[in-house]
Amino acid sequence: MGVELLCWNWERERIGKEKYQRQSGRCPPPPRSNPASSFRPAPPCPCPTLFYSPFAPPLPRSARLHFALCSAHSHLFRPALRLRGTSRLLGSWTGFLALGSVRLFFGSAMWSGRQGRLRPVGCVVEELRCRRREREAALRKARREQQLISKRLLRDDVPVEAEGGCVAMILGEAEIQQFLQLAQRGTEEKERERALVSLRRGLQHPETQRTFIWLEGSMRTLVGLLTSNQALLQLEAARCLHELSHSEQSAVAEACLPATSYLLTYLSGHSSDFIELCLYTLGNLIVESEAVRRQLLPQGIVPALAACIQSPHLTVLEALGYALSQLLQAKEAPEMIIPSVLGSALPQHILRLLQPGPKLNLGVAVEFAWCLHYIICSQVNNALLISHGGLSILGMLLLDVAGAVQRTEDAGLELLACPVLRCLSNLLTEAAVEVMGGPNQLEDEHVVAALFILLQFFLQKQPSLLPEGLWLLNNLTANSPCFCTSLLSMDLIEPLLQLLPVSNVVSVLVLTVLCNVAEKGPAYCQRLWPGPLLPCLMGTLASSDTEVVGQSLELLQLLFLYRPEVSFGPGTPILRPLISPWPLSFPSYSHFSGPGKPVWTPGQNFQLLFGKALFEIEVG
Amino acid sequence: MQLSPALYSRLVGAPGAAEPLPVERDPAAGAPPFRFAARRVRFPRDHEFFEDGDVQRHLYLQDVLTQVTGTPERPRRAFPSVHLLDTHILEWHDSLFQILSERQDMYQCLVEGCAEKFKTSKDRKDHLVRRHLYPADFRFDKPKKSRGPATPGATVQVSSEARGDEGEQSGGDAMEVCSEHAAPLPEPVGERRTYSHRIPSTICFGQGASRGFKSTKKRKEHQ
Repeated sequence: MGVELLCWNWERERIGKEKYQRQSGRCPPPPRSNPASSFRPAPPCPCPTLFYSPFAPPLPRSARLHFALCSAHSHLFRPALRLRGTSRLLGSWTGFLALGSVRLFFGSAMWSGRQGRLRPVGCVVEELRCRRREREAALRKARREQQLISKRLLRDDVPVEAEGGCVAMILGEAEIQQFLQLAQRGTEEKERERALVSLRRGLQHPETQRTFIWLEGSMRTLVGLLTSNQALLQLEAARCLHELSHSEQSAVAEACLPATSYLLTYLSGHSSDFIELCLYTLGNLIVESEAVRRQLLPQGIVPALAACIQSPHLTVLEALGYALSQLLQAKEAPEMIIPSVLGSALPQHILRLLQPGPKLNLGVAVEFAWCLHYIICSQVNNALLISHGGLSILGMLLLDVAGAVQRTEDAGLELLACPVLRCLSNLLTEAAVEVMGGPNQLEDEHVVAALFILLQFFLQKQPSLLPEGLWLLNNLTANSPCFCTSLLSMDLIEPLLQLLPVSNVVSVLVLTVLCNVAEKGPAYCQRLWPGPLLPCLMGTLASSDTEVVGQSLELLQLLFLYRPEVSFGPGTPILRPLISPWPLSFPSYSHFSGPGKPVWTPGQNFQLLFGKALFEIEVG
Repeated sequence: MQLSPALYSRLVGAPGAAEPLPVERDPAAGAPPFRFAARRVRFPRDHEFFEDGDVQRHLYLQDVLTQVTGTPERPRRAFPSVHLLDTHILEWHDSLFQILSERQDMYQCLVEGCAEKFKTSKDRKDHLVRRHLYPADFRFDKPKKSRGPATPGATVQVSSEARGDEGEQSGGDAMEVCSEHAAPLPEPVGERRTYSHRIPSTICFGQGASRGFKSTKKRKEHQ
């Protein structure tokens, strides 16, 4: 796992490099092959000195940290960094260098991997991982450009008949017309149904889809069959429509517009299978274009969904949640859609369906949790959701999910955990939370336990979700002495520190949470130090990431402020840190830092004397 | 990340929290160049922070779902809409409807959630097309016409006398809602209207004559 973690680590930094490339318009310079050659002479010191400059791509605004360390006191600084999967505690600077070497290895492999690929154990497995990472990188890019369109495809489980030919065959105009006529005028019901089945299979192919929509009268005929009095024909016609709705071509999906009023009408029908199909079809059409949504809204989709959500059928509910989530994430949703959704009975039903208990269905809960996330992050009227008990329901759901991750290996739970975390985190920022008694209902130690169980789960199954979990931890600890006390009394500082090596983003978040605890005063800092915190800070101060370094310094300053009697060991004189008179400014941090964006000016440097270690921080 | 066993048992233990430690902030804490301030953070919908989670959601949705249709006998009738069924029964089979419609607007909009009512079905149809962007030939709001030859794609309505014709060529109709009992408007030449007070057999009441999920009867959940 250590290998996988580091690979993921470098992937994040590679994306950061790409971002830099886009912003600066040029490629970052190639890495130095021998980091030792980049060391600068140490300031004068009578003791033998040890230098280390962590390998880092020389991006602007990076801080290279030079340690000038008296070897006589080297035993005082023992980074307690522990890589997951390694059994050896890196207990010395030699060990730290070893860590640096490990990073170096992967670093150079990364750079050379631009032409080749990383090859740890199992080439095939690694290749699959690489492809998955590339695919995810492409999807992330699509999301940044607001081009990420997700659609669901529902297929029946009937096996393909031998005489039916192959699936997804390309049909020409003549064949399509023939199937349509047979479906309309066939003498036997079975014959008519088979014709539609053949048409449906053809419509799985994009070329058949294009031919179909350009064929005059084809959609009209299909809608006629959809509204016929033959149930099996209706079902097959709806399946044809569903295939069309799933198309990646906008023109194909928009050609289904004439059917939308009927799809809505059938939502209050009797057959749950048919309703499910209609809902998935609607969901696919909704996400396709604003033209479709502009038609569906006046056609009454919100009241139709509000009525349909009372269905007892889980398959219908899951489909409805999907369709609603597509509607809620439309770009015009905050102005055009969410107000009417909030004005309907939908919010109460959504919260009802998210209440934990034996009847909670994972598929249904996932869809409605995402619906709630899209509503909440749009910030239209979150006070309404709070007044309906949203905060306590989500809190209980968090506990439920944490319990579930212990009981089952089901990897699908992170799909529910993610939106629940987002909803809670964003809701906690609402002023209404303070009015309604604050987040008191979330200050229970159950919530603390649940969140850390989920963090561990993410670390194992989906490390990319760690930042979201830590975001909630920040929002819970920021203004809550109770929550900060729970972190200390339940011995959760060390598990938190174990997340530091995951990535720079995670490091900044962990350090921010620790700052939330430390800033509350001496009583809290007394529980932070002595302990494993300081050695970990030595490691983060050596990071190549300016945000990590900056947040580390913030934490260090708070610790010194509230714990000035820091002891380095038996008999060691007490020293105070000195901040040099040189101007000191910090780079703009992530979203978790304070307001204002001071600029990191090249050429600036400062010194921080910490104990007997002199830190010289120079802007690269 | 190593969690103590006590943490897992805390999850299921009794609710509660330790007494919070006293808070004592020193004003020097936020003195320049240090500027940390504990604060809650919110992210809007399109923020890059949500990138990874959104990509995972997308990958989940891209999986193909399988619909298991397990009903041993599928109904051979149409799938009516409960709302339209109610409207139809009111307009066609309620003896008071005709009387009341002479005095007030009785034709309610077919869109669930819209409370508008109209004097005539034509007004209602105009409203459906204009306000709700319904197709002008919406099948569930057509005046009754005599049965004619089947034409592809045509939205021909059949009268209830044709209820037994399961092999109706044009696809037939699912249900009629509109009727022109009162305030007759100029009609196209040659049209004949037939009325029946019987419920058309094309209306399927389903097993048990339930009204879908509006019924208070317990329903078996699909798993």
